[in-house]
Amino acid sequence: MKKIQAFLFSQKIAPYVFILPFIVSLSFFWIYPMYSTINMSFHNIGNGYSEYIGLANYEKLLGDKVFHIAVRNSVIYTIFTLIILIPIPMLCAFLLNSKSVVGKRIYKSIIYLPALVSVVVAGILFRYMFSEMDTGLMNQILNFFGLESKQWLKNWGTGMFALLLLATWRWTGVNTLYFEAGLSSIDEVLYESAKVDGANAWQRFWHITLPLLKPTRIYVTTISIYAGLAMFLESFMIYGSNNSPKNIGLTIVGYLYRRGIEKNDLGYASAVGLVLLIVALSISMVYLVSSGMFKKEAK
Amino acid sequence: MRLPKKGFFYFVILLMTVLVVGCSSSSSGNGKKTEEVESVVTTVGPEDGAKMDMWLFVDLHQKFYTEMLNKWNEENPNKQIQIKFTVYPYADMHTKLTLSVQSGEGIPDLADVEIGQFPNFLDGEVPWLALNSYVELYKADLVTSRLDAYEKDGNYYGVPTHVGATVMYYNTEILEKYGIDYTQIKTWDDFTAAGEKLKEASNGEVYMTSVDTGGADWLTLAMSEYGESWVENPDKANVELDSLNNMLTMQQSWLESGIAEVTPGGQIDTEQGYATVAKGEVAAFPKAIWYMSRFTDYMPEMSGKFAIAPAPVFEEGQKRSNGAGGTGTVVYKESENAELAAEFMTWAKLTEEGGEQIWNILGFDPVNTKVWTNKEITHNQENEYVQYFVNNPFDTLLEIQDEVNLIKTVPITTTINEAFNLTTLNEVLENGAEVKQALEDAQAEVDFEQE
Repeated sequence: MKKIQAFLFSQKIAPYVFILPFIVSLSFFWIYPMYSTINMSFHNIGNGYSEYIGLANYEKLLGDKVFHIAVRNSVIYTIFTLIILIPIPMLCAFLLNSKSVVGKRIYKSIIYLPALVSVVVAGILFRYMFSEMDTGLMNQILNFFGLESKQWLKNWGTGMFALLLLATWRWTGVNTLYFEAGLSSIDEVLYESAKVDGANAWQRFWHITLPLLKPTRIYVTTISIYAGLAMFLESFMIYGSNNSPKNIGLTIVGYLYRRGIEKNDLGYASAVGLVLLIVALSISMVYLVSSGMFKKEAK
Repeated sequence: MRLPKKGFFYFVILLMTVLVVGCSSSSSGNGKKTEEVESVVTTVGPEDGAKMDMWLFVDLHQKFYTEMLNKWNEENPNKQIQIKFTVYPYADMHTKLTLSVQSGEGIPDLADVEIGQFPNFLDGEVPWLALNSYVELYKADLVTSRLDAYEKDGNYYGVPTHVGATVMYYNTEILEKYGIDYTQIKTWDDFTAAGEKLKEASNGEVYMTSVDTGGADWLTLAMSEYGESWVENPDKANVELDSLNNMLTMQQSWLESGIAEVTPGGQIDTEQGYATVAKGEVAAFPKAIWYMSRFTDYMPEMSGKFAIAPAPVFEEGQKRSNGAGGTGTVVYKESENAELAAEFMTWAKLTEEGGEQIWNILGFDPVNTKVWTNKEITHNQENEYVQYFVNNPFDTLLEIQDEVNLIKTVPITTTINEAFNLTTLNEVLENGAEVKQALEDAQAEVDFEQE
């Protein structure tokens, strides 16, 4: 009995007991499926059969033009979301944090509202907005300025624009909130002393806010990389299905879905999923290492 | 500067409003979502009947099965059946069925499988019961090409619902206004000439037709007319066919001369497609007979303006139709009541009695052609389709009943459709790419998949 008590009260054991639920759920929902996916990616799977085919799925992926389109789309989308959804929300947060802005909470609520709208609803809304008919909102705007209607969702550039606009509309508020939280942890004293030293607003932003927001920046960038590469539903809803003209809206996850579910080819889909994991992990790791996230803090 | 107290007070009110509206809309949204996304379950039949589960993806189909099940139970006191129908959204049902077949768990006794998804279940070991002996009873009266849609190695695995014969829908109001007699259009050359005339007479305001970039119906029609098929050999599909080349070249010339436009939305069976038809922007287009329901559902204002006629051909003597779309009902072979289920389902869908209900309830052209000649059924003035169209749909169907070909749906069909509907048709019709080259590229994509 005493032994058990000693075991439970041991300072060395306790932390492991506390993180046990996490480890258990991680093994159930991550490690096992992960093992399964790796295993399946070496098989050709169909109804009632599963044969080992070695690296054939990966070899096929190398020459798969549609997969390459999907990867290109996902990567470009991710890069653009990073370019848009880091600086703009940061600026919004900085402005909202400024003491001279009145009614900032109302602004905050307004920019956060789109995040509460479901992707399905937002996607359908954008599909109608970007309709190629003259009655579509975007075409009405173009016509108002004397420009001709566009086939928004049929061309790569304008299709990507629709996807990015949707992402910007939905996520600016959320990222702004993250940066707000980061800003509130910066000591006011720093700004005051900078002011005393004669630093203007831009200098204060550049030399105090930006460096001290680094942890938040890293966090937001990392989750944005993941969100960008994992994007699927937005495109699915805007195009009304997983099919877009010339695959301009196809993403890696969309391709995984097409292969695994629509074409009942789970082995190949597993290979696609693993490539996505590797791409996402490597981009994130390169970013985290280069941003010094893993360096020990200076004593 | 802190917000003044009053401002803070207003903010709290705003926040609460947002929260309340947010909560209520999300709960009602969820409620609605539950209705839409989650299944709708209905149990029909006596408690002591053989119990079966059936998955569907169209609510209206359930109405038809219920009608037939009640009749069956009345007529067969010794073979009572109780079916629990579950209607899922299209994609959900097929995903669920695919996963249950893959895992071998929870497969329903009966399920409606859409023709495009059917090949997924014919791969490897087929989980469905071969229905040959059940179908045999009615085969003499059936459009047999429809049975072939669900065939593998000489076994029929699905019970068809309709023929889906492709016909031409003509807007008679427009055509009469500009002096065009659609009944004289026999070949695509006639069609093109009528298009020229229409363009001139209407000053380019009305297009003769609209061509699709997001659907292959025009292509399957062309193949049927020439008696060709891109899956003649299902293991080595060939898409570099004369029929496709001719159809696409012709469509390209229509676009160049302004006789046709590209269908907004990619194909006529979309919201934007209905709007195009309802605006009177196009005078004619080919589509399967099941498209009639789109008219009554989405374009009621066009009642009395449209006629149904056989599709034009490239050369006289060619067959004038193609069976498009479809749903095959499957019976799970390990089901406890598999044989009874098969007996019931073939009776429900393949008899004249069943065909009558398929026409009345669903507005489809039944597979049993006996129905086609039964004037009491086909010319019933109560029927909404009989009322809607200028001529009787079955007059045209009878004219072409021996000319309905079928381009079989096999595993590689999904890849072919993907290549054409996403890339080839867009390249050719939107970007003016050379037809031969576009077909070559599509062939390369198909070959890559079949290697």
